[in-house]
Amino acid sequence: MINQADTLFVLLSAAFVMLMTPGLAFFYGGMVRRKNILSVLMQCFVALCLLSLQWILFGYSLSFAPGSGFWGGLSWFGLNGVGTAPYAGYSATIPHEAFMVFQMMFAVITPALIIGAFAERMKFSAFLVFTLLWATFVYDPLCHWVWGEGGWLRNLGVMDFAGGIVVHTSAGVAALVTTIVIGKRKNLEHTPSPHNLPFVVLGTALLWFGWYGFNAGSALAVNGIAVNAFVVTNTAAAAAGLSWALLEWIRNGKPTVFGIVTGSIAGLATVTPASGFVSPISAIIIGIAASIVCFIAVAVTKPRFGYDDSLDAFGVHGVGGILGTLLTGVLASKVINPAGANGLFYGNPKQLLIQLIGVAVAAGYTFLATFAIYKLVDIFFRMRVSEKDELVGLDLTQHRERAYTILE
Amino acid sequence: MKLVIAIIQPYKLEEVKEELYKVDVNLITVSEVLGHGRQKGVTEVYRGSKETGNLLRKVRLEIAVNDNFLEPTIKAIVKGAKTGETGDGKIFVLDLKECIRIRTEEQGSQAIG
Amino acid sequence: MKLVIAIIQPYKLEEVKEELYKAEINLLTVSEVLGHGRQKGVTEVYRGARETGNLLRKIRLEIAVNDNFLEPTIKAIVKGAKTGETGDGKIFVLDLKECIRIRTEERGSPAIG
Repeated sequence: MINQADTLFVLLSAAFVMLMTPGLAFFYGGMVRRKNILSVLMQCFVALCLLSLQWILFGYSLSFAPGSGFWGGLSWFGLNGVGTAPYAGYSATIPHEAFMVFQMMFAVITPALIIGAFAERMKFSAFLVFTLLWATFVYDPLCHWVWGEGGWLRNLGVMDFAGGIVVHTSAGVAALVTTIVIGKRKNLEHTPSPHNLPFVVLGTALLWFGWYGFNAGSALAVNGIAVNAFVVTNTAAAAAGLSWALLEWIRNGKPTVFGIVTGSIAGLATVTPASGFVSPISAIIIGIAASIVCFIAVAVTKPRFGYDDSLDAFGVHGVGGILGTLLTGVLASKVINPAGANGLFYGNPKQLLIQLIGVAVAAGYTFLATFAIYKLVDIFFRMRVSEKDELVGLDLTQHRERAYTILE
Repeated sequence: MKLVIAIIQPYKLEEVKEELYKVDVNLITVSEVLGHGRQKGVTEVYRGSKETGNLLRKVRLEIAVNDNFLEPTIKAIVKGAKTGETGDGKIFVLDLKECIRIRTEEQGSQAIG
Repeated sequence: MKLVIAIIQPYKLEEVKEELYKAEINLLTVSEVLGHGRQKGVTEVYRGARETGNLLRKIRLEIAVNDNFLEPTIKAIVKGAKTGETGDGKIFVLDLKECIRIRTEERGSPAIG
């Protein structure tokens, strides 16, 4: 039975999540040097176009068709059989196509998140091929394992409400792999200042807004779980933003704009897998934990290991996603969501173990598959731009455009 | 005629302008530049890690003066820009061979004012 | 004393700075300018139509040096900025009559370094 309110809610949520990819573009675009902002906006925008089509043609089928435990297969190729009738395996109250398009937006933003790791130095043609292959061979299988009907991690009892594993752990680990393999940016005496912090703030605002659709929309219905997800999403973002600023204030003497928005994003990424299962008070704990752990990853660990994750795609999204998935195993409560499970704090330590297995499997698979895809594309296309192109900037060398004029 | 080029702290621009007006020097060209000198950059923080940039934002003034205005101009700039701390800036003085007012095509000293 | 003004390719700034440091020249002023010379502009594309601009973005360096530092400065800039292609830029050398350090009001050669 189609419920009109649920259908409207899911369609609107899909639109909210669509806006996150341009939001991410500004979030990342503001951070790079001004000679590279268009390349970041372009990579995000082309991901929206390319992966929308991939999803319609075969991505949705690979991810959600009832194939084996490991992949969905091609029975829904070209949306064959995916129509306006509900599919009870995912939601009995909305048209199957509404679920498909909502999920499409997740499939778009996940590969776009990785851009932060190799920003300012990847060749555009290689990026296209890499992104298409990564979506097909990393995102789609993982999505099936965790969310697809018959997926083996789902059957194991792994809880990932809106994408702590599928979106943030996978993109974050892929970010770590690509940043290490592609190497550091040239001629950097020190990390360049963001060329446009107001853009970073604008991007954060769009992401935060879109995240309501991301998390609350994942309830797929207008119900208490959606409302709770909405509240905990906001709460975790607030707690994390504030605590990051406080950490900086204590450690460095000043709270920064860049810090408070980074903290908010870390909080949002971390609460994502938990949003359907935890209380608002737990969300405060999640937010604070997100800030502390991501702060250490970005400000302490990264400089020590010396890898150049340009925009901290791993440090914020990867670390946040992994942390959030584990915290779900600690703080989940059946009082919030009877369809879920209790976590460690509610007397069920086994759930934490299940979450750990889920994260470890996803991270391990992502690590290996991303490495293989990178190397393969590198052989045929060379992933990295030439040194001169990198110094001149990707906007001019990859797209023959520039973002800002001077004098006129 | 001389061309005076001064590199000063951006936040001192208003004071320097005021001092220059007091000595009747009204024609200034101002631009924003990056300067690099002994002064260490203000420490910026990048997501929690401290980074010291070494190119600092400065303001560059260009002032064309007749010879009798040279010393008052230098004094005015020093008065407005000096704090006694590293980073106050420099003043350079160059010979100016010719000066032409485009509107009237006047040349030399009278074209400067 | 001399004032060296160099117009170089923006992407060569880091290399030039490095060469200057090696020659112990630490004081420079950097600004962004538009230059117009023999080099044709980089072709940009405006919604599919190719446009060749002829005003190109360049970096302008200003370096005040004592006479014995002049040649090392020129060599360092050339070493850092030269690619052999049109557009590498130009170096101009002007006589510097006077140099004043605002902080101490020192004048002449000692004020430069």
